[in-house]
Amino acid sequence: MVHWTAEEKQLIASLWSKVNVEECGAEALARLLIVYPWTQRFFASFGNLSSPTAIIGNPKVRAHGKKVLTSFGEAVKNLDNIKATYAKLSELHCEKLHVDPENFRLLGDILIIVLASHFARDFTPACQFAWQKLVSVVAHALARKYH
Amino acid sequence: MTLTQAEKAAVVTIWAKVATQADAIGAESLERLFSSYPQTKTYFPHFDLSQGSSQLRGHGSKVMNAIGDAVKHVDDIRGALAKLSELHAYILRVDPVNFKLLSHCILCSVAARYPSDFTPEVHAAWDKFLSSVSSVLTEKYR
Repeated sequence: MVHWTAEEKQLIASLWSKVNVEECGAEALARLLIVYPWTQRFFASFGNLSSPTAIIGNPKVRAHGKKVLTSFGEAVKNLDNIKATYAKLSELHCEKLHVDPENFRLLGDILIIVLASHFARDFTPACQFAWQKLVSVVAHALARKYH
Repeated sequence: MTLTQAEKAAVVTIWAKVATQADAIGAESLERLFSSYPQTKTYFPHFDLSQGSSQLRGHGSKVMNAIGDAVKHVDDIRGALAKLSELHAYILRVDPVNFKLLSHCILCSVAARYPSDFTPEVHAAWDKFLSSVSSVLTEKYR
């Protein structure tokens, strides 16, 4: 089980309370597809991903980004039980979606950069540390049921 | 991995702003690196790594100056960083995985300071540029 200090929990919760899940989620997924274009391989059905402008404006990207970050919120709500929280999603990503777990790490780091750009000075090194830990734990939990 | 003309332009444009706070950004990036990835501190047992330490600032400056050289010679990063490449391969031997970690922290620091300039396109160009720099610095390892 992951151990969170009171400070880490506080840093995570307080930042999360200020996050616009729809906007941040959309931006994080768009940046993933733009910065690491090979990740587009999972989204052939999303339509026009031919340029950064197309990706940012793509409604399917926005909707899916929101879905992904909303799910992330479950981790924030269940810091002490992230493994169980993502057990089913882990199976899904392995058996149905066939997503290389490296992509969870890529998206986690992109999310961190989006948070840095939104929260600027408030996204202190200590805050980043707590969030790097969180995205790492989430990535790990999502990869855990792979076989 | 080569940078397109547009990507090179994006790198050079943001650098003009970053350069004005290069020292602070360098120090902040290292601070983020040592804080989020404590294993990276093993390369600096001889340093005072506390916040605001002059060694941290000094080293941050060094790193950013080298990046500045790469920006100035974006068409020949290999040539510009040849000496540094040898230094990292034969003397420093920092494990290649750490270049990704520092690049990530530099992107965080830049994003935090210039959010409106750090568009997705600029983000992509910088990620690619720092990846090129990292490649050059590790290409003589073996």
